[in-house]
Amino acid sequence: MHKGGHGGARLLVVDDNKVNRLLLARNLELQGHHVATAENGRVALEMLRGEAFDLLLLDIEMPEMNGFQVLEKLVNDLQLRDLPVIVTSSLEGLDNVVRCIELGAEDYLTKPVNPVLLKARIGAGLEKKRLRDQQKELVRRFATPEVAQDLQESGFSLGGKRVRGSVMFSDIRDFTPLVESQPPEATIDLLNTYYTLMFNAISGHGGIVSLIIGDGLMAIFGAPLPLTDHCDSAVRAALEMIELIQLFNVDQAAAGKPQIRIGIGIASGEMVAGYTGTNERATYTCIGDTVNLASRLEVHTKIADRSILIDGATRAGLRGDVELDALGPVTFRGKSQPIDVFSVKLGQ
Amino acid sequence: MSEGTIDLATFEELKANAGADFVRELVDTFLAEAPAMLDDLRHALAMNDADRFRRAAHSLKSNSHTFGALALGAMARELELGGLRPVQDADGAPLEALTLEYARVARSLTELKRA
Repeated sequence: MHKGGHGGARLLVVDDNKVNRLLLARNLELQGHHVATAENGRVALEMLRGEAFDLLLLDIEMPEMNGFQVLEKLVNDLQLRDLPVIVTSSLEGLDNVVRCIELGAEDYLTKPVNPVLLKARIGAGLEKKRLRDQQKELVRRFATPEVAQDLQESGFSLGGKRVRGSVMFSDIRDFTPLVESQPPEATIDLLNTYYTLMFNAISGHGGIVSLIIGDGLMAIFGAPLPLTDHCDSAVRAALEMIELIQLFNVDQAAAGKPQIRIGIGIASGEMVAGYTGTNERATYTCIGDTVNLASRLEVHTKIADRSILIDGATRAGLRGDVELDALGPVTFRGKSQPIDVFSVKLGQ
Repeated sequence: MSEGTIDLATFEELKANAGADFVRELVDTFLAEAPAMLDDLRHALAMNDADRFRRAAHSLKSNSHTFGALALGAMARELELGGLRPVQDADGAPLEALTLEYARVARSLTELKRA
C-alpha cells in the first residue's frame, strides 16, 4: 500500500484500447508508479477485489462493463468505495463528466492526457487517499469495529434511535486500596491487561465497549448492530470475563502481584443508542432506564456479594441453560418499583 | 509526406514525454490494432450495430489524437457523434474516406517512426 509521498503508488489503468493503455501506463511508470492494466471494467473489478491499489484510472467507453458501471459498483462496495478514481476518457459532453463526478470520480481528464496535468491530478488523488486511510485508522483505533462500520455506512450524525439490547457495567472491586498499594506504572499495566481480557470477552460475544472510566466499563449488546440473543450474549460474556479474571489471578499470584475481583451488572430492554456530544467531539453510547439499572445492578454486586447480577428482562431473554439464583425484589435509588434481581452462578 | 496528415508538434511532444523508443513501439501497436477498428466499423455498418460503430469510431478518434493524426481524428469523431445514419445515407462514403485517410496516416507514421 502507498505510504507517504506520491512516488511508488500502485495504480490500475483500465482501458479497452491497447494504445491508450500502453501510453498511460508508460506515463505513470515514468512518474515512478507501479502500474497494472485491465482491458475492461469486469477484469478491473476482479483485480481490485484481489489486490490493493492506491488509485484507479478509468476509461468510460469499454465493452463488457463500461466505466459508468464500474463507478456504480465501486460506490456500493464498502471495501472499494474510498478508492480514488480518475476518469480518463475522450468521451465528449459535459453530461458525461457530470455523471462521472456524481458517481464518485475524483477527476475527469480528457484523452490524450497531458502528462503534467496527469501528475498533478494523481498527486492530489493519492493525497486524498492518504488522508482517508489515516482517518480510517484513527476511527479504527478509537472506536469499536461496529461503530467504525456504522460511521462508514451511515455517516456521523448526533442523535439516537430506539433499540432493544442489553447493557453491561463492570468494575474492579476495591480498586482504590489496590492503586494505593502499588506504583502507578504497575496499576496502568494491570488495567491494560484487564481491559484486553474484558474487550476480548465482550467483543467475542458480539458486544461493544462504549465507555471506559478508570477501572469501570460499559458495554452494549444489540447496538449499533442488532443482536438477536443480546441477553444471552451479555451473560455469556460476563461468565467469560469472570473466568478470564480467575486465570489472570493465578498468574498474578504466581508473580507475587495483587489479585483482582470484578462485579458485573446487566439489564435489558429498550434504550436510545447513538452519537452524543458535539459535532467536534462525540461518542457512541446508550442512554435510558435500562442503562441506569445496569449501573445500579453492578453497584449492588458489592452489597449482595455476588459477581454477576441481572434483571428480570435479561433473565427472560436467556436460552434456558443458565443457572441463576433469584435474590428477590430490590428497590434501587431512583426507581419507583422494586426490581427482581438474579445472580448468575459462576463456572457454567 | 507526413505534412498535413500528422501534426508534427503533437508527435514530437509525444516522443519527448514518453521516449522515442517507446513511441516506435506504440506506433507499431496502433498499426496492428487500427485495421481491426476499421473492420469493426464496416461490420457494425453492415449489421446496423450502433453501439459497436460508436465504440470503434471513438477508439480510432482517441488514438488519432494521440499521434497527432488530426484529419483522421476529425473524421472518426464525425462517425462517433453522427452515428450510423449519415454513413448509411451516403452509402458508406464517409467510411471510405476515413479508410483512405488511415492509409495516409499509416504511411506517415511508418516514415516518422524510421526518422
